[in-house]
Amino acid sequence: MSKVQFNHLSMRFPGVEVLRDISLDVREGEFVCILGPSGCGKTTLLNIVGGFLQPTEGEVTIDGVRVTQPDPRRIFVFQERGVFPWLTVEQNIGFGLFKLTEEEKRARIAHYVQLVGLVGFERSYPRELSGGMKQRLEVARALAVNPDVLYLDEPFGALDSITRLQMRRELLRIWQAEKKTILFVTHDIEESVQLADRVVVMSQRPAHIQRIVDIDIRHPRDLSAPRYIQLRDSIFAEIGLAHQV
Amino acid sequence: MAWHLAIVLSPSTLIPSPDQAFLGIVELAERGLLLRYIVASLFRVTWGYLLALVIAIPFGITLGLYKRGELALNPLLQILRPISPLAWIPIAILWFGVGDVSAIFLIFLASFFPLTVAAMHAVHNIEDIHLRAGTNFGLSRTQLIRTVIFPAILPQLIVGMRIALGIAWLVVVAAEMIAVNSGLGFLIIDARNAGNRYDLVVAGMILIGVIGVILDAMMRGLEKLDFVRWGYAEP
Repeated sequence: MSKVQFNHLSMRFPGVEVLRDISLDVREGEFVCILGPSGCGKTTLLNIVGGFLQPTEGEVTIDGVRVTQPDPRRIFVFQERGVFPWLTVEQNIGFGLFKLTEEEKRARIAHYVQLVGLVGFERSYPRELSGGMKQRLEVARALAVNPDVLYLDEPFGALDSITRLQMRRELLRIWQAEKKTILFVTHDIEESVQLADRVVVMSQRPAHIQRIVDIDIRHPRDLSAPRYIQLRDSIFAEIGLAHQV
Repeated sequence: MAWHLAIVLSPSTLIPSPDQAFLGIVELAERGLLLRYIVASLFRVTWGYLLALVIAIPFGITLGLYKRGELALNPLLQILRPISPLAWIPIAILWFGVGDVSAIFLIFLASFFPLTVAAMHAVHNIEDIHLRAGTNFGLSRTQLIRTVIFPAILPQLIVGMRIALGIAWLVVVAAEMIAVNSGLGFLIIDARNAGNRYDLVVAGMILIGVIGVILDAMMRGLEKLDFVRWGYAEP
Protein backbone atom coordinates (compact mmCIF):
# COMPACT_ATOMS: atom_id res chain seq x y z
CA MET A 1 0.00 0.00 0.00
CA SER A 2 1.28 3.43 -0.85
CA LYS A 3 2.22 5.56 2.16
CA VAL A 4 4.10 8.62 0.97
CA GLN A 5 3.45 10.05 -2.47
CA PHE A 6 5.43 12.75 -4.24
CA ASN A 7 3.37 14.25 -7.04
CA HIS A 8 5.33 16.26 -9.61
CA LEU A 9 7.28 18.10 -6.96
CA SER A 10 9.37 21.10 -8.01
CA MET A 11 11.27 23.60 -5.92
CA ARG A 12 12.80 26.90 -6.92
CA PHE A 13 14.61 29.31 -4.64
CA PRO A 14 15.21 32.83 -6.02
CA GLY A 15 17.64 32.29 -8.86
CA VAL A 16 18.09 28.52 -8.43
CA GLU A 17 16.05 25.58 -9.51
CA VAL A 18 16.66 22.88 -6.93
CA LEU A 19 14.16 20.12 -7.64
CA ARG A 20 12.49 19.31 -10.93
CA ASP A 21 9.34 17.27 -11.31
CA ILE A 22 9.84 14.56 -8.74
CA SER A 23 7.27 11.80 -8.47
CA LEU A 24 7.73 8.82 -6.20
CA ASP A 25 5.60 6.31 -4.37
CA VAL A 26 6.83 4.94 -1.06
CA ARG A 27 5.04 1.85 0.23
CA GLU A 28 4.09 1.40 3.84
CA GLY A 29 6.95 -0.13 5.80
CA GLU A 30 9.41 0.41 2.98
CA PHE A 31 13.00 1.54 3.47
CA VAL A 32 13.88 4.01 0.72
CA CYS A 33 17.27 5.65 0.31
CA ILE A 34 17.52 8.93 -1.57
CA LEU A 35 21.01 9.03 -2.99
CA GLY A 36 22.73 11.92 -4.67
CA PRO A 37 25.81 14.12 -4.76
CA SER A 38 26.29 16.72 -2.04
CA GLY A 39 24.28 19.86 -2.58
CA CYS A 40 21.92 18.30 -5.12
CA GLY A 41 18.80 19.10 -3.12
CA LYS A 42 18.22 15.85 -1.23
CA THR A 43 17.86 17.70 2.05
CA THR A 44 15.48 20.19 0.47
CA LEU A 45 13.40 17.26 -0.71
CA LEU A 46 13.32 15.78 2.77
CA ASN A 47 12.43 19.16 4.27
CA ILE A 48 9.45 19.35 1.95
CA VAL A 49 8.23 15.88 2.90
CA GLY A 50 8.77 16.80 6.55
CA GLY A 51 6.53 19.85 6.16
CA PHE A 52 9.29 22.36 6.95
CA LEU A 53 9.29 23.79 3.43
CA GLN A 54 6.55 24.35 0.90
CA PRO A 55 7.27 23.21 -2.67
CA THR A 56 6.95 25.63 -5.55
CA GLU A 57 4.90 23.14 -7.50
CA GLY A 58 3.34 19.77 -6.83
CA GLU A 59 2.60 18.24 -3.48
CA VAL A 60 3.42 15.47 -1.07
CA THR A 61 0.65 13.37 0.38
CA ILE A 62 0.87 10.92 3.22
CA ASP A 63 -2.02 8.46 3.54
CA GLY A 64 -3.68 10.60 0.88
CA VAL A 65 -3.50 13.79 2.96
CA ARG A 66 -1.47 16.73 1.74
CA VAL A 67 1.55 17.67 3.88
CA THR A 68 1.54 21.34 4.91
CA GLN A 69 3.38 21.41 8.23
CA PRO A 70 5.53 19.26 10.54
CA ASP A 71 3.61 16.50 12.25
CA PRO A 72 4.59 14.32 15.23
CA ARG A 73 3.45 11.23 13.32
CA ARG A 74 6.49 11.67 11.11
CA ILE A 75 9.72 12.46 12.83
CA PHE A 76 12.87 13.92 11.39
CA VAL A 77 16.22 12.59 12.60
CA PHE A 78 19.17 14.88 12.08
CA GLN A 79 22.80 14.11 12.63
CA GLU A 80 23.48 13.52 16.30
CA ARG A 81 23.50 17.29 16.91
CA GLY A 82 19.73 17.13 17.10
CA VAL A 83 19.56 15.79 20.67
CA PHE A 84 18.86 18.40 23.31
CA PRO A 85 22.10 18.92 25.25
CA TRP A 86 20.27 20.30 28.31
CA LEU A 87 18.29 17.11 28.84
CA THR A 88 19.44 13.73 30.10
CA VAL A 89 19.05 10.60 28.01
CA GLU A 90 15.70 9.73 29.54
CA GLN A 91 14.45 13.31 29.34
CA ASN A 92 15.42 13.43 25.67
CA ILE A 93 13.54 10.24 24.92
CA GLY A 94 10.56 11.50 26.90
CA PHE A 95 10.61 14.88 25.18
CA GLY A 96 7.75 14.23 22.75
CA LEU A 97 5.66 12.27 25.25
CA PHE A 98 4.01 15.21 26.99
CA LYS A 99 0.55 13.87 26.25
CA LEU A 100 1.08 10.58 28.09
CA THR A 101 0.59 9.93 31.80
CA GLU A 102 3.72 9.69 33.94
CA GLU A 103 3.38 5.94 34.10
CA GLU A 104 3.00 5.38 30.36
CA LYS A 105 5.85 7.77 29.81
CA ARG A 106 8.18 5.88 32.12
CA ALA A 107 7.37 2.58 30.45
CA ARG A 108 7.89 4.01 26.98
CA ILE A 109 11.24 5.55 27.96
CA ALA A 110 12.43 2.30 29.51
CA HIS A 111 11.47 0.38 26.36
CA TYR A 112 13.43 2.64 24.02
CA VAL A 113 16.43 3.00 26.30
CA GLN A 114 16.60 -0.77 26.05
CA LEU A 115 15.99 -0.90 22.30
CA VAL A 116 18.86 1.41 21.41
CA GLY A 117 21.19 -0.02 24.02
CA LEU A 118 21.56 2.93 26.36
CA VAL A 119 20.75 1.09 29.58
CA GLY A 120 22.88 2.49 32.40
CA PHE A 121 23.06 5.92 30.75
CA GLU A 122 19.51 7.09 31.55
CA ARG A 123 20.73 9.97 33.74
CA SER A 124 23.67 10.93 31.53
CA TYR A 125 23.80 14.12 29.52
CA PRO A 126 24.60 14.04 25.79
CA ARG A 127 28.01 15.60 26.38
CA GLU A 128 28.95 12.45 28.27
CA LEU A 129 28.02 10.20 25.33
CA SER A 130 29.95 9.20 22.22
CA GLY A 131 28.79 10.24 18.75
CA GLY A 132 27.21 6.85 18.07
CA MET A 133 25.36 6.89 21.38
CA LYS A 134 23.99 10.35 20.70
CA GLN A 135 22.80 9.17 17.31
CA ARG A 136 21.03 6.19 18.87
CA LEU A 137 19.53 8.53 21.44
CA GLU A 138 18.09 10.69 18.70
CA VAL A 139 16.62 7.66 16.97
CA ALA A 140 15.10 6.59 20.28
CA ARG A 141 13.61 10.04 20.85
CA ALA A 142 12.03 9.84 17.40
CA LEU A 143 10.69 6.30 17.84
CA ALA A 144 9.29 7.00 21.31
CA VAL A 145 6.42 9.06 19.93
CA ASN A 146 5.53 6.07 17.76
CA PRO A 147 5.62 7.81 14.37
CA ASP A 148 4.70 5.88 11.25
CA VAL A 149 7.37 7.50 9.10
CA LEU A 150 10.97 8.38 9.92
CA TYR A 151 13.02 10.83 7.91
CA LEU A 152 16.75 10.49 8.31
CA ASP A 153 19.04 13.14 6.85
CA GLU A 154 22.56 11.71 6.50
CA PRO A 155 22.27 10.55 10.08
CA PHE A 156 25.58 8.72 10.24
CA GLY A 157 27.65 11.22 8.29
CA ALA A 158 29.57 12.49 11.31
CA LEU A 159 30.45 9.08 12.73
CA ASP A 160 33.65 7.12 12.23
CA SER A 161 33.41 4.27 9.72
CA ILE A 162 33.24 1.43 12.26
CA THR A 163 30.51 3.10 14.29
CA ARG A 164 28.72 3.84 11.06
CA LEU A 165 28.58 0.16 10.13
CA GLN A 166 27.30 -0.73 13.59
CA MET A 167 24.67 1.99 13.39
CA ARG A 168 23.41 0.68 10.06
CA ARG A 169 22.96 -2.75 11.57
CA GLU A 170 21.18 -1.22 14.55
CA LEU A 171 18.90 0.79 12.33
CA LEU A 172 17.96 -2.29 10.28
CA ARG A 173 17.24 -4.22 13.45
CA ILE A 174 15.03 -1.41 14.76
CA TRP A 175 13.30 -1.02 11.40
CA GLN A 176 12.48 -4.72 11.30
CA ALA A 177 11.26 -4.66 14.91
CA GLU A 178 9.14 -1.52 14.63
CA LYS A 179 7.92 -1.69 11.01
CA LYS A 180 8.31 1.98 10.20
CA THR A 181 8.40 3.56 6.77
CA ILE A 182 11.85 5.08 6.38
CA LEU A 183 13.12 7.77 4.03
CA PHE A 184 16.86 7.95 4.33
CA VAL A 185 18.95 10.62 2.61
CA THR A 186 22.60 9.83 1.96
CA HIS A 187 25.45 10.54 -0.43
CA ASP A 188 27.08 7.19 0.41
CA ILE A 189 26.45 4.58 -2.29
CA GLU A 190 27.52 1.61 -0.16
CA GLU A 191 25.28 2.79 2.64
CA SER A 192 22.26 2.98 0.37
CA VAL A 193 22.80 -0.51 -1.05
CA GLN A 194 23.32 -1.96 2.42
CA LEU A 195 20.15 -0.49 3.84
CA ALA A 196 17.42 0.17 1.33
CA ASP A 197 14.65 -1.77 -0.35
CA ARG A 198 14.94 0.77 -3.13
CA VAL A 199 17.57 3.36 -3.92
CA VAL A 200 16.39 6.54 -5.59
CA VAL A 201 19.32 7.99 -7.51
CA MET A 202 19.13 11.77 -7.89
CA SER A 203 20.88 13.81 -10.55
CA GLN A 204 22.93 16.97 -10.18
CA ARG A 205 21.02 20.22 -9.71
CA PRO A 206 18.28 20.76 -10.69
CA ALA A 207 17.72 17.37 -9.15
CA HIS A 208 15.35 14.92 -10.71
CA ILE A 209 15.05 11.18 -10.28
CA GLN A 210 17.64 9.61 -12.50
CA ARG A 211 16.87 6.00 -11.76
CA ILE A 212 15.25 3.85 -9.10
CA VAL A 213 17.15 0.69 -8.20
CA ASP A 214 15.45 -2.24 -6.51
CA ILE A 215 17.79 -3.88 -4.05
CA ASP A 216 16.49 -7.43 -4.24
CA ILE A 217 18.73 -8.94 -1.57
CA ARG A 218 17.41 -10.19 1.74
CA HIS A 219 18.73 -8.95 5.08
CA PRO A 220 21.25 -9.61 6.51
CA ARG A 221 23.13 -8.70 3.37
CA ASP A 222 26.42 -10.22 2.43
CA LEU A 223 28.60 -7.31 1.38
CA SER A 224 30.80 -9.48 -0.83
CA ALA A 225 28.00 -11.35 -2.61
CA PRO A 226 28.06 -10.97 -6.40
CA ARG A 227 24.56 -9.48 -6.51
CA TYR A 228 25.47 -6.83 -3.92
CA ILE A 229 28.56 -5.84 -5.88
CA GLN A 230 26.64 -5.84 -9.13
CA LEU A 231 23.97 -3.51 -7.75
CA ARG A 232 26.51 -1.27 -6.11
CA ASP A 233 28.57 -0.96 -9.27
CA SER A 234 25.53 -0.25 -11.39
CA ILE A 235 24.80 2.73 -9.12
CA PHE A 236 28.40 3.88 -9.27
CA ALA A 237 28.11 3.75 -13.05
CA GLU A 238 24.77 5.54 -12.95
CA ILE A 239 26.33 8.44 -11.07
CA GLY A 240 29.15 8.46 -13.56
CA LEU A 241 31.94 7.11 -11.45
CA ALA A 242 34.02 4.16 -12.49
CA HIS A 243 34.51 2.11 -9.37
CA GLN A 244 38.19 2.74 -8.97
CA VAL A 245 40.28 5.40 -7.32
CA MET B 1 53.27 43.91 51.59
CA ALA B 2 53.80 46.18 48.61
CA TRP B 3 51.00 48.36 49.88
CA HIS B 4 52.55 48.55 53.36
CA LEU B 5 55.99 49.35 52.00
CA ALA B 6 54.66 52.05 49.70
CA ILE B 7 52.88 53.75 52.61
CA VAL B 8 55.96 53.68 54.84
CA LEU B 9 58.11 55.16 52.11
CA SER B 10 55.72 57.81 50.85
CA PRO B 11 55.58 61.29 52.34
CA SER B 12 51.77 61.53 52.34
CA THR B 13 50.02 60.91 55.62
CA LEU B 14 46.47 60.69 54.29
CA ILE B 15 46.54 57.24 52.69
CA PRO B 16 46.15 54.57 55.36
CA SER B 17 48.35 51.50 55.72
CA PRO B 18 46.79 48.02 55.52
CA ASP B 19 46.47 47.67 59.29
CA GLN B 20 44.80 51.07 59.55
CA ALA B 21 42.32 50.05 56.89
CA PHE B 22 41.74 46.80 58.70
CA LEU B 23 41.17 48.67 61.96
CA GLY B 24 38.74 50.84 60.01
CA ILE B 25 36.69 47.75 59.19
CA VAL B 26 36.78 46.70 62.84
CA GLU B 27 35.64 50.18 63.88
CA LEU B 28 32.73 50.00 61.43
CA ALA B 29 31.74 46.65 62.90
CA GLU B 30 31.87 48.04 66.41
CA ARG B 31 29.70 51.02 65.50
CA GLY B 32 27.21 48.59 63.97
CA LEU B 33 27.59 50.19 60.55
CA LEU B 34 29.39 47.34 58.79
CA LEU B 35 26.46 45.03 58.47
CA ARG B 36 23.95 47.85 58.06
CA TYR B 37 25.78 49.36 55.11
CA ILE B 38 26.44 46.04 53.41
CA VAL B 39 22.80 45.05 53.76
CA ALA B 40 21.68 48.44 52.48
CA SER B 41 23.83 48.13 49.35
CA LEU B 42 22.85 44.51 48.74
CA PHE B 43 19.19 45.38 49.23
CA ARG B 44 19.32 47.97 46.46
CA VAL B 45 21.24 45.70 44.11
CA THR B 46 18.89 42.82 44.72
CA TRP B 47 15.77 44.78 43.92
CA GLY B 48 17.14 46.65 40.95
CA TYR B 49 18.70 43.53 39.53
CA LEU B 50 15.72 41.24 40.07
CA LEU B 51 13.41 43.78 38.52
CA ALA B 52 15.72 43.93 35.50
CA LEU B 53 15.81 40.11 35.24
CA VAL B 54 12.04 39.84 35.31
CA ILE B 55 11.54 42.46 32.62
CA ALA B 56 14.64 42.20 30.45
CA ILE B 57 14.70 38.44 29.88
CA PRO B 58 11.18 38.07 28.44
CA PHE B 59 11.73 41.31 26.53
CA GLY B 60 15.03 40.13 25.08
CA ILE B 61 13.57 36.73 24.13
CA THR B 62 10.66 38.43 22.39
CA LEU B 63 12.98 40.69 20.43
CA GLY B 64 15.08 37.68 19.50
CA LEU B 65 12.07 35.74 18.24
CA TYR B 66 10.30 38.48 16.34
CA LYS B 67 12.46 40.11 13.72
CA ARG B 68 10.06 43.00 13.36
CA GLY B 69 10.17 43.95 17.02
CA GLU B 70 13.92 43.83 16.91
CA LEU B 71 14.08 46.03 13.83
CA ALA B 72 11.85 48.57 15.52
CA LEU B 73 13.48 48.65 18.94
CA ASN B 74 17.10 47.67 18.42
CA PRO B 75 18.31 51.13 17.29
CA LEU B 76 16.82 52.70 20.41
CA LEU B 77 18.42 49.98 22.51
CA GLN B 78 21.81 50.53 20.91
CA ILE B 79 21.64 54.27 21.57
CA LEU B 80 20.57 53.91 25.20
CA ARG B 81 23.03 51.14 25.96
CA PRO B 82 26.33 53.09 25.90
CA ILE B 83 24.95 55.85 28.15
CA SER B 84 26.44 55.36 31.59
CA PRO B 85 23.71 54.70 34.14
CA LEU B 86 25.28 57.51 36.15
CA ALA B 87 24.19 59.96 33.48
CA TRP B 88 20.65 59.13 34.55
CA ILE B 89 21.20 60.34 38.09
CA PRO B 90 19.64 63.79 37.59
CA ILE B 91 16.61 62.27 35.87
CA ALA B 92 16.33 59.57 38.53
CA ILE B 93 16.30 62.21 41.24
CA LEU B 94 13.75 64.23 39.30
CA TRP B 95 11.42 61.23 38.93
CA PHE B 96 11.94 59.39 42.18
CA GLY B 97 13.49 61.93 44.53
CA VAL B 98 16.56 61.35 46.66
CA GLY B 99 16.42 57.89 48.17
CA ASP B 100 16.28 54.18 47.67
CA VAL B 101 13.97 54.24 44.70
CA SER B 102 16.38 56.36 42.68
CA ALA B 103 19.27 54.05 43.47
CA ILE B 104 17.20 50.99 42.59
CA PHE B 105 16.12 52.60 39.35
CA LEU B 106 19.73 53.24 38.39
CA ILE B 107 20.67 49.65 39.09
CA PHE B 108 17.67 48.46 37.12
CA LEU B 109 18.81 50.53 34.15
CA ALA B 110 22.38 49.39 34.46
CA SER B 111 21.42 45.70 34.36
CA PHE B 112 18.50 46.01 31.96
CA PHE B 113 20.46 46.69 28.77
CA PRO B 114 23.13 44.02 29.02
CA LEU B 115 20.47 41.47 30.01
CA THR B 116 18.16 42.36 27.13
CA VAL B 117 20.97 42.21 24.61
CA ALA B 118 22.27 38.93 26.04
CA ALA B 119 18.83 37.30 25.84
CA MET B 120 18.25 38.58 22.31
CA HIS B 121 21.58 37.35 20.99
CA ALA B 122 21.21 34.04 22.76
CA VAL B 123 17.91 33.48 20.94
CA HIS B 124 19.62 34.23 17.61
CA ASN B 125 22.21 31.60 18.41
CA ILE B 126 19.78 28.77 19.07
CA GLU B 127 20.49 25.85 16.77
CA ASP B 128 17.87 25.71 14.07
CA ILE B 129 17.89 21.94 14.42
CA HIS B 130 16.64 22.20 18.02
CA LEU B 131 13.79 24.53 17.10
CA ARG B 132 12.78 22.23 14.27
CA ALA B 133 12.93 19.16 16.44
CA GLY B 134 10.69 20.94 18.94
CA THR B 135 8.21 21.88 16.22
CA ASN B 136 8.33 18.37 14.79
CA PHE B 137 7.11 16.90 18.08
CA GLY B 138 4.04 19.11 17.84
CA LEU B 139 4.77 21.62 20.60
CA SER B 140 2.68 24.75 20.95
CA ARG B 141 4.38 28.13 20.93
CA THR B 142 4.45 28.38 24.73
CA GLN B 143 5.67 24.81 25.12
CA LEU B 144 8.41 25.54 22.61
CA ILE B 145 9.54 28.59 24.60
CA ARG B 146 9.49 26.72 27.88
CA THR B 147 11.05 23.44 26.81
CA VAL B 148 13.39 24.42 23.97
CA ILE B 149 14.06 28.13 23.69
CA PHE B 150 14.59 28.92 27.35
CA PRO B 151 16.89 25.98 28.16
CA ALA B 152 18.77 26.58 24.91
CA ILE B 153 19.61 30.18 25.76
CA LEU B 154 20.31 29.60 29.44
CA PRO B 155 24.10 29.12 29.25
CA GLN B 156 24.58 32.36 27.35
CA LEU B 157 22.01 34.08 29.50
CA ILE B 158 23.91 33.20 32.65
CA VAL B 159 27.03 34.83 31.23
CA GLY B 160 24.96 37.93 30.57
CA MET B 161 23.54 37.77 34.09
CA ARG B 162 27.04 37.63 35.51
CA ILE B 163 28.16 40.66 33.56
CA ALA B 164 24.99 42.54 34.48
CA LEU B 165 25.41 41.81 38.17
CA GLY B 166 28.98 43.09 38.01
CA ILE B 167 27.76 46.31 36.45
CA ALA B 168 24.92 46.58 38.98
CA TRP B 169 27.42 46.35 41.80
CA LEU B 170 29.58 49.06 40.22
CA VAL B 171 26.59 51.29 39.86
CA VAL B 172 25.15 50.84 43.35
CA VAL B 173 28.31 52.25 44.86
CA ALA B 174 28.28 55.24 42.57
CA ALA B 175 24.56 55.82 43.06
CA GLU B 176 24.94 55.75 46.83
CA MET B 177 27.49 58.54 46.66
CA ILE B 178 24.78 60.86 45.47
CA ALA B 179 21.32 59.64 46.06
CA VAL B 180 21.16 58.09 49.55
CA ASN B 181 22.55 58.16 53.08
CA SER B 182 23.51 54.57 53.75
CA GLY B 183 25.44 51.83 52.01
CA LEU B 184 29.06 51.29 51.05
CA GLY B 185 29.15 54.06 48.47
CA PHE B 186 27.76 56.46 51.01
CA LEU B 187 30.36 55.26 53.52
CA ILE B 188 33.19 56.23 51.21
CA ILE B 189 31.92 59.68 50.37
CA ASP B 190 30.84 60.33 53.97
CA ALA B 191 34.17 59.24 55.45
CA ARG B 192 35.99 61.66 53.22
CA ASN B 193 33.65 64.58 53.86
CA ALA B 194 33.56 64.00 57.62
CA GLY B 195 37.19 64.71 58.43
CA ASN B 196 39.23 62.95 55.81
CA ARG B 197 38.89 59.48 57.35
CA TYR B 198 40.83 57.77 54.58
CA ASP B 199 41.16 54.62 56.62
CA LEU B 200 37.39 54.23 56.33
CA VAL B 201 37.47 55.13 52.63
CA VAL B 202 39.92 52.33 51.92
CA ALA B 203 38.02 50.00 54.26
CA GLY B 204 34.93 50.65 52.14
CA MET B 205 36.83 49.96 48.94
CA ILE B 206 38.07 46.64 50.28
CA LEU B 207 34.56 45.62 51.31
CA ILE B 208 33.19 46.51 47.88
CA GLY B 209 35.89 44.46 46.20
CA VAL B 210 35.39 41.43 48.40
CA ILE B 211 31.61 41.45 48.04
CA GLY B 212 31.98 41.87 44.27
CA VAL B 213 34.13 38.77 44.14
CA ILE B 214 31.60 36.81 46.22
CA LEU B 215 28.72 37.86 43.97
CA ASP B 216 30.66 36.83 40.89
CA ALA B 217 31.53 33.49 42.46
CA MET B 218 27.83 32.88 43.11
CA MET B 219 27.03 33.53 39.46
CA ARG B 220 29.88 31.29 38.41
CA GLY B 221 28.30 28.60 40.53
CA LEU B 222 25.28 28.73 38.20
CA GLU B 223 27.52 27.81 35.26
CA LYS B 224 28.25 24.51 36.93
CA LEU B 225 24.63 23.37 36.88
CA ASP B 226 24.19 20.11 35.01
CA PHE B 227 21.68 21.40 32.49
CA VAL B 228 23.75 24.38 31.36
CA ARG B 229 27.26 22.93 31.35
CA TRP B 230 26.92 21.86 27.71
CA GLY B 231 26.99 25.52 26.73
CA TYR B 232 30.54 26.15 27.94
CA ALA B 233 33.76 24.77 26.54
CA GLU B 234 35.01 21.97 28.76
CA PRO B 235 38.15 23.11 30.59
